[in-house]
Amino acid sequence: MSSSNVATMKKAVQQLRFEASINRVKVSQAAVELQQFCLQNALQDPLLTGVSSSTNPFRPQKVCSFL
Amino acid sequence: MRSPPIPEMATQEVQLNETLAHLKTESDTLKTKLEEERAKLHDVELHQVAEKVEALGQFVMKTRRTLKGHGNKVLCMDWCKDKRRIVSSSQDGKVIVWDAFTTNKEHAVTMPCTWVMACAYAPSGCAVACGGLDNKCSVYPLSLDKNENLAAKKKSVAMHTNYLSACCFTNSDMQILTSSGDGTCALWDVESGQLLQSFHGHAADVLCLDLAPSETANTFVSGGCDKKANVWDMRSGQCIQSFETHESDINSVRYYPSGDAFASGSDDATCRLYDLRADREVAIYSKESIIFGVSSVDFSLSGRLLFGGYNDYTINVWDVLKGTRVSILFGHENRVSTLRVSPDGTAFCTGSWDHTLRIWA
Repeated sequence: MSSSNVATMKKAVQQLRFEASINRVKVSQAAVELQQFCLQNALQDPLLTGVSSSTNPFRPQKVCSFL
Repeated sequence: MRSPPIPEMATQEVQLNETLAHLKTESDTLKTKLEEERAKLHDVELHQVAEKVEALGQFVMKTRRTLKGHGNKVLCMDWCKDKRRIVSSSQDGKVIVWDAFTTNKEHAVTMPCTWVMACAYAPSGCAVACGGLDNKCSVYPLSLDKNENLAAKKKSVAMHTNYLSACCFTNSDMQILTSSGDGTCALWDVESGQLLQSFHGHAADVLCLDLAPSETANTFVSGGCDKKANVWDMRSGQCIQSFETHESDINSVRYYPSGDAFASGSDDATCRLYDLRADREVAIYSKESIIFGVSSVDFSLSGRLLFGGYNDYTINVWDVLKGTRVSILFGHENRVSTLRVSPDGTAFCTGSWDHTLRIWA
C-alpha cells in the first residue's frame, strides 16, 4: 500500500538528513593523521620491521648442534 | 463555485502520492548535497600526502606453520588473545581449536550443519562461537578435559532467518555481534540468548563485520552484497555513516588500528580504505593484473601494511600509505577464504579452500 511506501521513504530521508549533517574534516588533515599513526607505531610492528628469530615464536630457532 | 464531491479514498491516494513524490525529491536533494559536501573536502589523495614517507624495503614472509586436519574448505578463523591458539571452521561442519606454535589440535567439535562460515574466540580464551547454514550462532565453552564432549555444553545464542556470515564477541564473553544473510546485524546477550539490539539498513546479505578497536568506541562496521559498508552505533542501532564505492559484494571489513578508518575487500578485486572523519574513501588498492575477488583483509599492528587474501590463491601485501603492492605471497592451493593478523602482530594466519591454514611471518 502507498502508506507503507511513504513510511519507508520517510525513514530513508531521515537517515540521509542525519548523514548529511555530520562534521567532516578535509582529506589532507585526515591523511596526515593516518600517516602519523603509522610512523609513530612503526617500530612496534613486528611484521613491518621483520622481528628476528629470537623474539618471533613462529620463526625457526637457530639450533645448536654438538660436534 | 463548488467542485463535485470526490470519494474519500481517492483523495487519500492523491495525497499519499504527492507526499511520496515530495519525499523522493528531498531524498535526491540530500543525496546530491551529501556528495557535494564530501567532494568539497577532497583536497588531496592519501598517497600524495605520503610521498615523502620512506618507501618500504623487501619483505621476507614465508609459511612458518601449516595446520592440516580439516576435511574440507576452511571458511573462517580467529586468534585467541593468548597469541598462540586459533579457532577455525570448515565446510565439513568441523570447528577445530589449534595451538599454532606446535600445530597440535586441542579441541574439535562437529556442528550439526555444514558450511560453518563464522567462528570467533572469546576474549577470555575459554569459549568459541560459531555458526553458518544453521542460521544460528552457538557458544561452546572450552573444557580442559580433552575427553569431554564439547557439543554437550553448547549454548544457542543468536537466531537469524538466514545464514550466519560473521560473529564476534564484544569486549567480554557476555555479548556477541552477528551478521547474516538475512540482511541484518544483531547484538546478543550470551547468557540469556536475548536480542539486545538489531541493525537494519543493508539492502541484501551482510557478509562481514568488525568491532571498533577502542573499548569506549561502541561502534562497528559491516559490509554486504549491496556493495555498502555501514558504520553503526551499537547502543542506538542507528547507521551513522555509509559508504558505497565498491562495484561488487564486500566480503571483508577491518578497522585501521587507530579506529579512525577501515579497510574493505570486495569481489570487485579491490581493497579500499575509508576514513571516518573525512567521511569518504581515501585509497584504492588495486592492479590491472589482479582480477579475482578479495575474500579477507587485515592490517599489521601499525596500520602500514594491509594484507589481502584473494580468490586467485594469493596474498597481496599493500603499503597502506603509498597505495602500492609491496609483496605477493604464494602457497595455498585454492582460494584464501580468511585472514587475520595475530594479536601481537608477529604473524598472520590464512585459511583456504585447500583445507589448510597457514601461519606466515
